[in-house]
Amino acid sequence: MTGGGRPLRLAVLTVGAVAFLFPFYYMVIGSLGKVTTGDLDGAVPRPGNTTTGNYESINGAISLGRSLVNSGIFTMGVLLCTMVFGVLAGYALARLRFRGRGTLFAVLLLVQTVPFQLLMLPLYVLVVRDYGLGDSYLGMILPFAINSTAVFLFRQFFLQVPAAFFEAARIDGAGELRILWQVAIPMVRPALLSGALLTFIGPWNEFLWPFLVTKDADAQPLAVSLAGFMSNLQGTVANPTGALMAGACVLAVPAVVLFLLFQRHFTQTDIDSGTKG
Amino acid sequence: MSTTGIPAPTTAPRQPRRPRLRLPGIGALFVSPYVLFVTAVFAVPLGYTIWISFHRFYFTAPGTDIDTPWVGLSNYQDVLTDPVVRRSFLNIAIFLVINVPLTVVLALVLASALNARLPFRSFFRAAYYLPYVTASVALVAVWQYLFGAEGLLNTLLGDLAPDPSWLVNSSLAMPVIAVFVTWKQLGFFVMLYLAALQSVPRELYESAAIDGAGRVRSFLSVTVPGVRHATTLVTVFAVITGANLFSEPYLLTGGGGPDHASSSPVLVMYQKGIEQAHPDFAAALGVVLVVFVVVLALVARKFTEKGAE
Repeated sequence: MTGGGRPLRLAVLTVGAVAFLFPFYYMVIGSLGKVTTGDLDGAVPRPGNTTTGNYESINGAISLGRSLVNSGIFTMGVLLCTMVFGVLAGYALARLRFRGRGTLFAVLLLVQTVPFQLLMLPLYVLVVRDYGLGDSYLGMILPFAINSTAVFLFRQFFLQVPAAFFEAARIDGAGELRILWQVAIPMVRPALLSGALLTFIGPWNEFLWPFLVTKDADAQPLAVSLAGFMSNLQGTVANPTGALMAGACVLAVPAVVLFLLFQRHFTQTDIDSGTKG
Repeated sequence: MSTTGIPAPTTAPRQPRRPRLRLPGIGALFVSPYVLFVTAVFAVPLGYTIWISFHRFYFTAPGTDIDTPWVGLSNYQDVLTDPVVRRSFLNIAIFLVINVPLTVVLALVLASALNARLPFRSFFRAAYYLPYVTASVALVAVWQYLFGAEGLLNTLLGDLAPDPSWLVNSSLAMPVIAVFVTWKQLGFFVMLYLAALQSVPRELYESAAIDGAGRVRSFLSVTVPGVRHATTLVTVFAVITGANLFSEPYLLTGGGGPDHASSSPVLVMYQKGIEQAHPDFAAALGVVLVVFVVVLALVARKFTEKGAE
C-alpha cells in the first residue's frame, strides 16, 4: 500500500464522499423548496423556488423552540452527570485501589455489550409507572445519566498519563480530588472533549427512550416530535416533505456543527509534551 | 456511616499512620455514583425483566396491588411460537447477511484509500463521519424522501424502479434498512480500520512486494489478516445493532411493514409490550434476545479469530 495509486485513491474517496454527503445536500435543498418533490428538479436549487416557509411550517406544526429546549435540557443533563460522575469513576478505575475495582470494570464492559433496548421494558415499568416520571426531564435523563462508554474512555485516558505525575503530586501532599482537578484533567483535556462530544450525540439523537417516556407534545425532544410529525402530522402543512426536511436540518445541525468544530481535538493529545519536558 | 479515617479518641499509643490508608475510601467514594447508576439502570431492570418473564404481569397504576402469578416458561413458549417474533429474528439474519459483508468491504476499501498522505484527507474523514454523528430520525426522513414511491431514486430508475416501491416491498424493505444502517455507521468503521491499518507492519508489504505480490494480492494476504481484530469488532457491533434496531423499521417502513417484513425484535417488544399491554411477553422476548446476542457475538468472535492461526 505504499506509494503510487494516488489518483485511484482520490477517485475512490471522492465517490465515497459523494455517497455520504449527498443526502445532507438533498436535505438542505429540500428544506428550502417551495414545492419539495422527489424528481430531478428537487435536487437542484433554483432562485425562484427558494423559501424559508418550510421552517415556519414545521415550527407551527411541532413548536420547534419548545422541542429544542427539551432536547437541550435532556442532553445537558446527561452531559453534566457524565462529565462529573463519569470522570470521577474513570479516574478511580484507572488510578485508585479499592475493593471491587476489578468487578466494577468487568461490569462496565458488560453494560456496554447488553443493548439498552433490551432493558427498555422494565425501565419503562419502573420509571414511568412506579416512579411516575413520565413526561419529565428526570425520567428522560435517568437511563442515560452516566454514559458507560464515556467512563471507559475516561479510564483509558487517565491510564495513559505516566504514573510519575501522580506520585509527584502525592509526595507533595495533594489530595486525590486536587490531583484529579489540577494534574490529571489538564493532561487529558483534549481527550475529555471528545468524550463530551460522544456523550452529547447520544441523547441529542436518541429516539426510542424519550418516545416511550413522553406522551405530552410539550415535553418531547426534537427527535421525538419530528418523528411524530413524520408519522401523523404531515397532512397539516402545505409542503410536508419540505417541512420534514427543515425539521431534519434543525435536528442535524447542532451535532454536525459540534463535530466539525471539535474534530481536530480527536487526534491531539498533550500527554507526550508532558513527559518530554 | 463508617468512621474510617476519623480515629476515635483513645488512650492507646497511636499506630503510625500509613499514608496510603485513605486511598481505598476515596476510590470507593469516587465510583459510588456510577455504582448506584449501574445498579438502578442496569442490574435492577435486568433482574426485573427476568422476573416479569416468568410471571403473568399487567401494567397497573402505582400503588395498586394485583396478582402476578408464576407461569413458568409459558411466556417463553408464546414468544418462541409467535410467527411475528420468528419473522423478526429472520429479519435480523437478513440484516446481518447484508450489513456485515457490506460494512467490512466498504470500510476497508475506504480506510485503505485514506491510509496515505493525500490532499483533503481531513475533509474525507469528516465527510465519512457525518452520518454517524447525525440523528437517525433526521436521516430516516431524507431516506424516505430518496426511496419513496416518487423519490429521486425511482425518478432516476424510471421503468427499472421496483414495484411495489422500496419501503413497501416485502422483499426489499429489510435490505433497504440494512443498507441505511451500513451507510449511517460506516464512518465509525472506516476510522476503526484506519487505526488498525496503521498498526500493520510496513515490512510485511515490502516482503510481499519482493515476493512478487501485486496490489490486490498484498491487500488480501497482508491487509485483510492484519485488521482481523477490527473485523471481529464490526461483526460484534453489527449483531448488537441488529438486536437494537427500532427507529429504522418503525419510521422508515411505517411500523415494520409490509406485513412485518421489516419488523425487528425490539419493535415487536414495543408493539406487544407497550401498545398491546403484554409486558410479560415482551420481557421474555427481551431475555431471548439477550441470549441470541451473546451467542452470536461469541460465534462471531470464534469465527473471525479462528483464521488467525
